[in-house]
Amino acid sequence: MRIALFATCLADAMFPRAAIATVRLLERLGHEVVFPAGQTCCGQMHINTGYLGQATDLVRHYVEVFEEAGCDAVVAPSGSCVGSVRHQHAMVARRAGDTALAQRAEAVAARTYELSELLVDVLGVRDVGAHYPHRVTYHPTCHSLRMLRVGDKPLELLRHVRGLTLVDLPDAETCCGFGGTFAIKNADTSTAMLADKMAAVIGSRAEVCTAGDSSCLMHIGGGLSRMRSAVRTVHLAEILASTKTR
Amino acid sequence: MTTFLGTPGFGNLRGDEPFPVAARRELRNAQMRRNVAHATRTIRAKRLVAVAECADWEELRAAGSALKRDVLARLPELLEELEANVVARGGMVHWARDAAEANQIVTDLVRAAGADEVVKVKSMATQEIGLNEHLAAQGIAAIETDLAELIVQLDNDTPSHILVPAIHRNRAEIREIFTREMPDAGDLTDEPQVLAMAARAHLRRKFLSAKVAVSGANFGIAETGTLAVVESEGNGRMCLTLPDTLITVMGIEKVVPRFADLEVFMQLLPRSSTAERMNPYTSMWTGVHPGDGPQQFHLVLLDNGRTAVLGDPAGRAALHCIRCSACLNVCPVYERTGGHAYGSVYPGPIGAILSPQLTGTRGHGDPNASLPYASSLCGACFDACPVRIDIPAILVHLRAAQVDAGHSRGQDLAMRAAAWAMRSPRRFALAERLLGAGRFFAGSDHRITALPWPGSRWTASRDVPEPPAETFRQWWARTHGGQARP
Repeated sequence: MRIALFATCLADAMFPRAAIATVRLLERLGHEVVFPAGQTCCGQMHINTGYLGQATDLVRHYVEVFEEAGCDAVVAPSGSCVGSVRHQHAMVARRAGDTALAQRAEAVAARTYELSELLVDVLGVRDVGAHYPHRVTYHPTCHSLRMLRVGDKPLELLRHVRGLTLVDLPDAETCCGFGGTFAIKNADTSTAMLADKMAAVIGSRAEVCTAGDSSCLMHIGGGLSRMRSAVRTVHLAEILASTKTR
Repeated sequence: MTTFLGTPGFGNLRGDEPFPVAARRELRNAQMRRNVAHATRTIRAKRLVAVAECADWEELRAAGSALKRDVLARLPELLEELEANVVARGGMVHWARDAAEANQIVTDLVRAAGADEVVKVKSMATQEIGLNEHLAAQGIAAIETDLAELIVQLDNDTPSHILVPAIHRNRAEIREIFTREMPDAGDLTDEPQVLAMAARAHLRRKFLSAKVAVSGANFGIAETGTLAVVESEGNGRMCLTLPDTLITVMGIEKVVPRFADLEVFMQLLPRSSTAERMNPYTSMWTGVHPGDGPQQFHLVLLDNGRTAVLGDPAGRAALHCIRCSACLNVCPVYERTGGHAYGSVYPGPIGAILSPQLTGTRGHGDPNASLPYASSLCGACFDACPVRIDIPAILVHLRAAQVDAGHSRGQDLAMRAAAWAMRSPRRFALAERLLGAGRFFAGSDHRITALPWPGSRWTASRDVPEPPAETFRQWWARTHGGQARP
């Protein structure tokens, strides 16, 4: 299958390993990955902060780039970016009065997938042949959980990874407190939520906390780093891309 | 013909401080946080069990949502039908444009009944308009008879939850309040039964002496003129049956078309609010009946900003709310800040969309302008809402309204710059390289622990990793360069 990678602005700039892992994983599974170089950002930060006018330009840009990509599917290593593409792009275009753009956005959104969705629903794989000999806990990010309803697809994938010990995260479905600009505008409340999430992660005695979103991992990892905790945050794609030799 | 789009609501709908400021203070109240976390955790688990019992829960939610949409689509005709049927059965109907009108109407009715004391059924509408404070200023004592509402009233406190107004208190604190404020109660322990019996003895005297009761309403049925109150303790039923005069203050959005519509709401409400299959007491009354119950019944229909909310197609679903509190109980923000941080009698996710819409907002400094941002948009509220109010979508809509009003210049500039950079891949790549300069902020351990404002709000509690030496697109160009597409 010819798959276009939407790296997401955050992974591209700050967490390239998540996007690189997505490429390596899909290539290992025998698929052709293309990276449309015109891509930038899905506009989620603008949308969720209320800048829908400016977001309209970013929606149009996303739609144009991935219409031209000539691919069977678009994949992003992020539940919240895909959530924005699928559940907000058409709304933003309609609010701007651009019905044609809304329809194009819906068409592109219909073939844009979060990584675990692409693997399980589209490619039909649960065992990606990964090897990762660590004790891991999984944080289901809010938008993958409640916007995309990925359910236990990421857990299914993790359960098939050789050497991996999967441990439960208490109160897993509670938000880590990131919330985009919420982490800045309501820093105290965000930190209070983060403190409880970190306590759950540490309490799980995992070495690694994984998730499908670099943004939430940046938040949880930023808190763990501040505590000088030994627990690392690693994107789901990196675990699935790991093999015995790499 | 001009369309009446309503006037802003007022009363106990707006605090003195923006949410982040109030939340910062509330977060330091360790006892409150412990109490609210314990209570919401308990009710969350119970609600999941109660909901899981209903195989048709999603259909019920859809039916509740459809009924509320229908109500809002033909509110004027339903209200007139309700009025006609209440009057036909011996009741009186009063229309109140706002809190001041409603308070005045109730005051006049209490005076006309020759009373200087009223007993009250727990009611959000009367909390919203500040009826108790207004009556007190007019020399009329209003006595709350709901146990949690009584605790709050005795302590000169304000409610912090829609269903459990004293959720921020634990039993030991309640014992202290009762011991201090009910001198006749004698020695009390913090056993729930002992505290409930003390409140019961205190209230029983009031029920028997009160000439006037004031209630809210969960539902007003247009086709019959019937009012309904759903409760747990039975105090409401005492108020609704013993006094000679009953005054009910009902928000106009609480009307439902038919008696049969209760079939849906009476399944949704108890399971969502108290996690019960059925609430212990449901009282319904229709007009007056000679020799049985109140001989005077007055219904006050309250607008107080609701028509203005109705005027916004993208925000009006906030009026679907049946005040169950499920969204509060699942909200990670509410669980930590408690209800007082929201400043309004409507806290939590529903309050964050309802309060600013009811009052309207007057610029960036308006405390209610901060409420739509008091959410991480995690979506737990939407999942829990029994009438499917898409609270996250309305929060985003209200944020957009704030932005469109142009009240935050600094943020506007930053967002415009970011959008400008992100509209072009060339500029975006350049911005990434600028971000790479952030490596100079990093310490020898490759983490950034302090950034200038507003990044300082992040680094106050969280590190930032050092930007990578190579961005993804640089890696791609290096490894897959030949395949690069424009």
